[in-house]
Amino acid sequence: MSASGLIEGRTGKWETVIGLEVHAQVVSKAKLFSGAATDFGAEPNTQVSPVDAAFPGMLPVINRVCVEQAVKTGLGLEAEINLKSVFDRKNYFYPDLPAGYQISQYLQPVVGHGRVALDMPDGSTREIGITRLHLEQDAGKSLHDQHPSLTYVDLNRAGIALMEIVSEPDLRSAEEVGIYLRKLRSILRYLGTCDGNMDEGSMRCDANVSVRRPGEHYGTRCEIKNVNSVRYVMQAIEYEARRQVELIEEGGKVTQQTRLFDVAHGITRSMRSKEEAHDYRYFPDPDLLPLVLDPDWVEGLRAQLPELPDAKKARFVSDLRLSPTDAEVLVAEQASALFFERVAEGRDPKAAANWVTGDLFGALNRLRIGIEQSPVSAEQLGELIDLIADGTISGRLAKDVFAEMVATGADPAAIVENKGLRQVTDEDAIAIAIDVVLAAQVEKVAEYRAGRDKLYGFFVGQVMRATQGKANPALVNDLLRKKLAG
Amino acid sequence: MTGSLTSLTLAETRDSLARKAFSARELTESYIAAVEATRPLNAFITETPERALAMAEASDQRLARGEARPLDGIPIAVKDLYCTKGVLTTAASHILDGFRPPYESTVTEKLWQAGAVMLGKANLDEFAMGSSSTTSYYGPVENPWRRPGDNCPLVPGGSSGGSAVAVAARAALAATGTDTGGSIRQPASFCGIVGLKPTYGRCSRWGVVAYASSLDQPGPMTRTVRDAAIMLRGMAGHDPKDSTSAPVPVPDYEEALTGDIRGLRIGIPLEYRAHGMNMEIENLWYRAAGWLAEAGAEIIYDISLPHTKYALPTYYIIAPAEASSNLARYDGVRFGLRVEGSTLDEMYELTRAAGFGAEVRRRVLIGTYVLSAGYYDAYYLKAQRVRALIALDFNQAFEQVDCILAPTAPSAAFAIGEKSDDPVEMYLNDVFTVPANLAGLPAISVPAGLSADGLPLGLQIIGRAFDEEGVLRVAEALEHAAQFRHLPGFIAGGR
Amino acid sequence: MALDKAAVAHIAFLARIRLSETELEPLADELSQILTWVEQLNEVDTTEVAPMASVAASSLPTREDRVTDGDCREAILGDAPRTVPSGTDRGFFTVPKVVE
Repeated sequence: MSASGLIEGRTGKWETVIGLEVHAQVVSKAKLFSGAATDFGAEPNTQVSPVDAAFPGMLPVINRVCVEQAVKTGLGLEAEINLKSVFDRKNYFYPDLPAGYQISQYLQPVVGHGRVALDMPDGSTREIGITRLHLEQDAGKSLHDQHPSLTYVDLNRAGIALMEIVSEPDLRSAEEVGIYLRKLRSILRYLGTCDGNMDEGSMRCDANVSVRRPGEHYGTRCEIKNVNSVRYVMQAIEYEARRQVELIEEGGKVTQQTRLFDVAHGITRSMRSKEEAHDYRYFPDPDLLPLVLDPDWVEGLRAQLPELPDAKKARFVSDLRLSPTDAEVLVAEQASALFFERVAEGRDPKAAANWVTGDLFGALNRLRIGIEQSPVSAEQLGELIDLIADGTISGRLAKDVFAEMVATGADPAAIVENKGLRQVTDEDAIAIAIDVVLAAQVEKVAEYRAGRDKLYGFFVGQVMRATQGKANPALVNDLLRKKLAG
Repeated sequence: MTGSLTSLTLAETRDSLARKAFSARELTESYIAAVEATRPLNAFITETPERALAMAEASDQRLARGEARPLDGIPIAVKDLYCTKGVLTTAASHILDGFRPPYESTVTEKLWQAGAVMLGKANLDEFAMGSSSTTSYYGPVENPWRRPGDNCPLVPGGSSGGSAVAVAARAALAATGTDTGGSIRQPASFCGIVGLKPTYGRCSRWGVVAYASSLDQPGPMTRTVRDAAIMLRGMAGHDPKDSTSAPVPVPDYEEALTGDIRGLRIGIPLEYRAHGMNMEIENLWYRAAGWLAEAGAEIIYDISLPHTKYALPTYYIIAPAEASSNLARYDGVRFGLRVEGSTLDEMYELTRAAGFGAEVRRRVLIGTYVLSAGYYDAYYLKAQRVRALIALDFNQAFEQVDCILAPTAPSAAFAIGEKSDDPVEMYLNDVFTVPANLAGLPAISVPAGLSADGLPLGLQIIGRAFDEEGVLRVAEALEHAAQFRHLPGFIAGGR
Repeated sequence: MALDKAAVAHIAFLARIRLSETELEPLADELSQILTWVEQLNEVDTTEVAPMASVAASSLPTREDRVTDGDCREAILGDAPRTVPSGTDRGFFTVPKVVE
């Protein structure tokens, strides 16, 4: 698949059409309809209320923070908020679904049409439509590989609030899908409504994939379920699109089916248990009433939204004059953007951006830690930039100071003092150093004066070495030229 | 001594305990003996005499300290649909074998907090689906009434048949029931006692095994209207654990029993007179209208509830649909019966086939069908629209009247086994009761007279939403006028 | 509506209730009878009538986001017909294995 998503088949070009359903676990202390906890990694069945386990006579009561998180997410996706929405039962039998139905939203979801803007590598922006967002319960976990003849069931996850975010089938390539998922994840993390942690399963993706000749009707789609990393989603889509193209070109037809991504083999496979079309027999849950939202409350939430990545990026470019590339890198994670903003406050934003995206991110990547664990604080980095700006230290030596800051967490001023790295700005001292160097290099001085200009750099190097790199480069230049000129 | 203690009403018993005429323990001992004596009627699935005695002793201590709670020492039967912590709760179904809930239903918790004493879990139609109490896994319940000179056992009505029998046979002072399509009122009518279905949302459904969520309502079954008022106060109240529970305060329902119904407008619905009505019941109905008129009420004949005839089919779409979903949790995984299978689906299918009786199976299948793809609009959605019209009928009627007087059931109690071949014929038992469930309105059945073959006939008062006070007031007037003093042939401890 | 045996078998599968071959026909008759009876609702003109959402008139009440429940594994597993009781696998329900 090319970056544009076009596949070169045997008989011509094919376009890939992708729609994504992302299940994002809502950040909340308790579950959607019960008071059990939502923490990851607890001992099996220790975070289960009788409501979650669907014991006789148990009833659901909705968690207002979960509703708030869904509405905030809708606002962040620039979507319509439906002031009246309804919870429906989706009925089917599976061991991790204790009630034999999932409480979800079918015809009247809490959030309607919205959009997500993708920042493409070539600098353009592509808009992907959001069809809807609704709230629903997560199911528990079935473990099929613990025992030869039994499936083990853990209901800790059963009843946790999920936001199902459905995109329009606007995506056209695996690359776009990667960008979309990262952008969506970023927005959710900015809003604080989902931590986007795909390893822990707090964000999962189902991909609907079909192929068609460019310009023709949509083809039959297959759904690839429950892929838990962006990389795997992209791989799965590439494989699936190619599978469909080959199938059609060999004279076959794509049948609508549910597939899963076999990570080990890099292929998609049909899911046996889902082969029959489910009749979910949706109907409004009679244990619940319609959810009615106060428009003033919604507007209140809108007013309190944090600055989101697109707006922040635009502001960095227009007000702080950063390049779009730098701005994009900085806003990808809210924590990075906030870190940068603290460093840039009262300083040259460009310098701040360079240090953050270059040296700091480099160090963090090397150490495999996130910015939340950075050994260097924003204040400390800001101090370092100040020390360069006021001439205390040269830009070159600042890099060494930074490395020391990363290793020890010490303040830059302290490191400069302890290591005696203060830039030498005393003209006399520099002049003496230059004299010493030139006196030791009489032949080369003669050659330079005879026309070998290239030796200039050599003298600069010698002077810097003689001053342990501390001489102010501008002064060195100034004095050295004068002395060499005679 | 036993006979006389258990012949008192709840109100009389409460006052006697306060006067220290006897102790709560003595009273409970009498009732425990009565429960044992009533075993031939199969009104109880589980008897809890030790627990009852312990609760009675606690009541006695409070009574001695002068800290009596509203229902202290009052022995009651609990329909085995209410989850009682640590006590077997079966819903009269094989599929809940061995289920001991780790929680107590809100309504029974309130009753125990008020000092009531638990005699045991009363028998019922399986999962509250039925009008005869003959579908229980634990065997049918028998009505303590028989036709004079006839040895044929009769049904007590259903689904709260065990509760009705316990009260009628004086094996309990009161009982809790649930009413989804008439399951409190119709057995009350068949057994000659009082049965009240409160407004939907008045009593919490939390911890009550669900049949049809938008219709189920817990309520009291008692000997007198005053007793029902006292019990209702102990059962009602907003519950934040039930999203459909009404956030309205609970008045003192006893205070509503002023005895004065002058000026109240009582409607006689035109469409309830159709259906080739039983003449005895119609006569009793009209006689009762006369009584209420004498007591000062204004009777308004022939008010129209135009969609009455559609109430039964509406109910028999909506209730099974909700039930089919509510009963999906009975799958052999987390509690109750499990029949092993070589695959997951086989385990589900065999467990549920073995665990559910024929009527439950019938309704689950109907319910699954009416929700299924292609049929949802034509059946379920259609029924919900007709339901809206039925509710509207009542709203409009209540602009002209304050409450409605109607029969409770189309006949007196019939023989066990008499109507069991044709499900639709059995469903017709509910014709007068389901409308109040569909509209969520309060309704009470009061014993008003005897049929020609000596069996009790009840009449129903239906009121506006949350006007249980009005309904109880008119019901008491009816009770006063009817002077129903008859007792069934079978009374625990003898007549 | 008349249901045939295949329709009944399909519904029984959706409801996960095993029916024997001999039960299908009589059940088909019974269910058809009931369905025909409820179809009298078609006589009612319900154009412009909204389906009744609930007899409870208010809108959905909400609760605080607080952990008030769970942490009761013995109660949750206590009534189960089959659990994994001992060793490192303690604490799960078990069912016949599902092959995906």
